[in-house]
Amino acid sequence: MLRYFKIFLFFVIVPFNIWAQEVEMQLVSGGIYTPLYGSTEESQVEIPGFFMDAKPVTHEQFQLFVLQYPEWRKSNVRRLYADESYLNSWKGDFGVPRQLKNSPVNNVSWYAAKAYCECQDKRLPTTDEWEFVAMASEKSVDAREDSLFNQRIVSSYEKPKTFLKEVGKTTPNYYGIYDLHGLVWEWVYDFNSIIITEESRSNNSTDNNLFCAGGAVSANDLMNYAAFMRYAIRSSVKARNTMSNMGFRCVKDDTKVLSSKLIY
Amino acid sequence: MKKLIILFAILSFWACNSAQNEAESNTNKENATSGITSREEFNDLSIYNISTVWNTQHGEEITFKDLEGHVLAVVMVYTSCKTACPRLAADMRNIEKQVSAKNKMNVKYVLISIDPEMDTPERLTQFGKDYKLEGDQWLFLQGTEETVREFANVVAVKYKEISPMDFSHSNIISVFDAEGVMQHQQEGLNVDNKETVAKIIELSK
Repeated sequence: MLRYFKIFLFFVIVPFNIWAQEVEMQLVSGGIYTPLYGSTEESQVEIPGFFMDAKPVTHEQFQLFVLQYPEWRKSNVRRLYADESYLNSWKGDFGVPRQLKNSPVNNVSWYAAKAYCECQDKRLPTTDEWEFVAMASEKSVDAREDSLFNQRIVSSYEKPKTFLKEVGKTTPNYYGIYDLHGLVWEWVYDFNSIIITEESRSNNSTDNNLFCAGGAVSANDLMNYAAFMRYAIRSSVKARNTMSNMGFRCVKDDTKVLSSKLIY
Repeated sequence: MKKLIILFAILSFWACNSAQNEAESNTNKENATSGITSREEFNDLSIYNISTVWNTQHGEEITFKDLEGHVLAVVMVYTSCKTACPRLAADMRNIEKQVSAKNKMNVKYVLISIDPEMDTPERLTQFGKDYKLEGDQWLFLQGTEETVREFANVVAVKYKEISPMDFSHSNIISVFDAEGVMQHQQEGLNVDNKETVAKIIELSK
């Protein structure tokens, strides 16, 4: 039975793979902005242009990945790289529940997400890149001052089980990117760079004994409660953790931008 | 079935980039043995699973696997750090002193730089000299931006470059047993290191 299943997967899914890998990406023209947390001393960061997956990676896409990379199957993955609840809605190594096919993959670790992106010749976005795109509403590149926009995000965080929803069913943002808000939190490459910890929660301030230069990085836009929640989530997880409300998407450098930078 | 496996192998080759070398070789290994994974028998949680190569302060290349059989006390620092790192180094020296007094031989004290660009083997050697962290038991490692980020995630150390010479980072000393599995973490500066010392003594020979 398993053998037939594998043959089926091979003939039906793998040929698909060749173009299914070509998922839609959108160009994010770069810019300069002040992130909520962790900016440099000048407090502004410059984001060069890059391409971002228009939608979060789905269960179905992740299934193709584990088909090709056995070390990321549920039964093979090393505990160092993913905790016990890795892909826990799946039945066995390949069993994606049919109703979840187009939902964002969840219960994946940072390592798994990173490996997935690298295998598509992409990478995970940095925190600054992700937040840069996430401040865009449908109409504006920076809607952080738009109270309705913020309200909508915060209320989506309160809805239960949004990870069951399908990707790409809402209106895309300014860049044509879907679901940065509303379905799952997303892994970013440097999620572990921001220091808001259990310690700072219990002390109400940054404990300088715990962090070298810890005071240099602090919130400068407390109005943005939704962003604050995201930073807090990122700082509370470990790379091997997997959670039902955490997925990811990938990005790619805009090579044109990079090469034009070299010329100047 | 065999054909299928070969095709799978070809497909696996086709998709992945060099960053996934390890992944590829694993894939192929598995394919060669018809679905039986032939990965090396490390504990699943062991850092020996991390195949990245590091430079030591002596300019030699090393992987964590090369340290098999040693208990490790690991801390992440950078040499241009003025505040916490000297104190972390002092904490490490202090721990080393107490453990050595018990004649424990198979312990290594590992300082991993979070600033791989600046911290060359030469600078790491100098740091060892400056803080009197010298001898075979001391190991300073230089990785790459990528491998350092990955290792920091294993030990849940958070860090961020806040200027070219300055990082904010958490101060954690991690203890790994002789199989590479993390057994203890001490967090903060100048904290009582009794527990850490006891753990290293318990784990080592």
